[in-house]
Amino acid sequence: MNENNCEFSPEKLKKFLYEMLYIRLVGEEIARIYPEQEMRCPVHLSIGQEAIAVGICENLSQDDFIMSNHRSHAHYLAKGGNLSKMLAEIYGKQTGCCNGKSGSMHLIDLSQGFLGAVPIVGSCLPIATGVAFGTKIKKMDNITTVFFGDGAVEEGVFHESLNFASLKQLPIVFICENNFFSVYSPLSVRQPSNREIYLLAKSHGIESFQGDGNNVLEVYQLMEKAIEIIRKGNGPVFLELKTYRWREHCGPYYDNHLGYRTEEEFNTWKKKCPIEVFTNYLLSNKILTLKTIQDMTQEIMKKVEESFLFAKESPFPDKDFLMKDIYKA
Amino acid sequence: MTRELHFYDAIREAIDVCMQDDPNVYILGLGVPDLKGIFGTTLGLQQKYGCDRVMDIPCAENAMTGVALGSTLVGLKPIITHQRVDFALLSMDQIVNQVAKWHYMFSGQKCVPIVIRLIIGRGWGQGPQHAQSLECWFAHIPGLKVVAPVTPYDAKGLLIASIKDNNPIIFFEHRWLHNLIGDVPEESYTVPIGKGKIVQEGSDVTIVTFSYMVLEALKAAEFLKGFEINCEIIDLRTLRPLDTEIFLKSVQKTGRLVVVDNDWKTGGIGAEIISLVVENNMQYLKEPPYRIGLPECPSPTSPALANVYYLRAKDIVKVIMHVMRREINDSEIPQMYSGPGDIPDTSFSGPF
Repeated sequence: MNENNCEFSPEKLKKFLYEMLYIRLVGEEIARIYPEQEMRCPVHLSIGQEAIAVGICENLSQDDFIMSNHRSHAHYLAKGGNLSKMLAEIYGKQTGCCNGKSGSMHLIDLSQGFLGAVPIVGSCLPIATGVAFGTKIKKMDNITTVFFGDGAVEEGVFHESLNFASLKQLPIVFICENNFFSVYSPLSVRQPSNREIYLLAKSHGIESFQGDGNNVLEVYQLMEKAIEIIRKGNGPVFLELKTYRWREHCGPYYDNHLGYRTEEEFNTWKKKCPIEVFTNYLLSNKILTLKTIQDMTQEIMKKVEESFLFAKESPFPDKDFLMKDIYKA
Repeated sequence: MTRELHFYDAIREAIDVCMQDDPNVYILGLGVPDLKGIFGTTLGLQQKYGCDRVMDIPCAENAMTGVALGSTLVGLKPIITHQRVDFALLSMDQIVNQVAKWHYMFSGQKCVPIVIRLIIGRGWGQGPQHAQSLECWFAHIPGLKVVAPVTPYDAKGLLIASIKDNNPIIFFEHRWLHNLIGDVPEESYTVPIGKGKIVQEGSDVTIVTFSYMVLEALKAAEFLKGFEINCEIIDLRTLRPLDTEIFLKSVQKTGRLVVVDNDWKTGGIGAEIISLVVENNMQYLKEPPYRIGLPECPSPTSPALANVYYLRAKDIVKVIMHVMRREINDSEIPQMYSGPGDIPDTSFSGPF
């Protein structure tokens, strides 16, 4: 991380670190407590992938919209989603963002423009495209961003969505977090090796870029460029950001022992930890001191602990919730 | 003021009225603005409301259903139109996983007012992939409402009610109904979703049916009058939520039940209705309840095979005579329709 980063103020750089650390510590805490068996729903942790969520969302205002997939905690938190409501949702509590009806895979915080996450692979793409279509028809300024993984580009609906977004020049940024795995299936058994994902989008007539998803500054700058293109009326934009999932596909543990990936590959990526690399950069350039980072960590942990307490102490939904809201009156 | 109108014009009027009343209503579908205008149901709308509100779409049924859902999240009210039910099967992920569940899974924070118009094909060689109805697939899903009118009056009133509803509606139109003529008021009105209708009162046997098969039931009932059998015909009009009261009450009176399905019997609407009657009104049944439906094979193309595949009034007559423990020879039952059996009437000359 030695490029010229003079466009970033120390406050902005500090904010980047804070947000990534916040997302990491929430993920680590979920992983630590998950074996208590009180969070009784699947969790797909974003540990290792924090830079994308932060680099993207730091470009967005509260009025902009984002949508996400099964691995959505980072996106939700980076967009300002309420942590207590997220944790309460994972705990299946009435105070959760869906009153405990939907769990970790269906986060929502409308007050922050987080319109929803859905776990069917690729399924959020057309919905977000429809949000962007709606904003264009209604002449609204909001930019819509949708997060999905490398698996989603194999779905038919991916191409259907990109085709329509390109046809209508919609104000939407497609963010492909390429972490090289769909559950345990590596990219090599799912996609041809001589083809880059971002070029698929380019062939739909969409401005497309590829970048290092573990470098928060690079992600930020790519998203800045994407928004510029969209503001000029030349949207949509597609970003393929490469990153790596540290833990198992679903759940709190490391799973390298299963043998679907090598320890060596894992360690190579771990050395590219988005937070550690960025922290070293900030320290060596004397932008932040170790003390500031320690204080930051403490501040975050206080918030995290309070939110966990809130979630744990919240009541379960009353049984009347079962048959509530199937239809809108 | 009431005048006679074709079913397709009644549909067009309903869309027109709603688009005029609410700038958020728009209609999308492959061929919606084309010269044929979805069998006449969308003719002239693009000229009146422009390309954004009357929109042709790519061949992308699944994504466009997601697009419609996404557009509701910023306040739009889409009407999606598929020229056949079969085509909409490509969008089952969006319909079943997303559209139907959105309001529930996000605990009522956003509703999804979408109308999905599905047209059921029949005859004229529509074959295995242009003539499925599959109402029970959709009626199985909590979160969806499923509507299937037969008269032009109900078509207009139920479509206006569907567009004004805050929930996703699957709106079935049978292709053999588009040219049906009936009384339709000029003004805007709604027919309530979830309410069936007694089309004809009778005391001997209850026929429960919906959509096009109501017309065949009426023909059968007319013929059966000659045998002093009085049929009570119930048009369900909505398949979810079901108007259970209307057929439970009717069976209390007649003690006999025949369900005429528009689809295969296995796991179908007929099975549902009979279960409800047996669960709630067993004591009133004088005879075992019966259902008729399509033979358990894909829809064939050849007119020779189609003639033995699709249900006609004659099939209804036979089952009712059986329920009434009366004898009748096949040769005694007239055809009760004009022209070959693979068209609704002689005005229909294909191709789809």
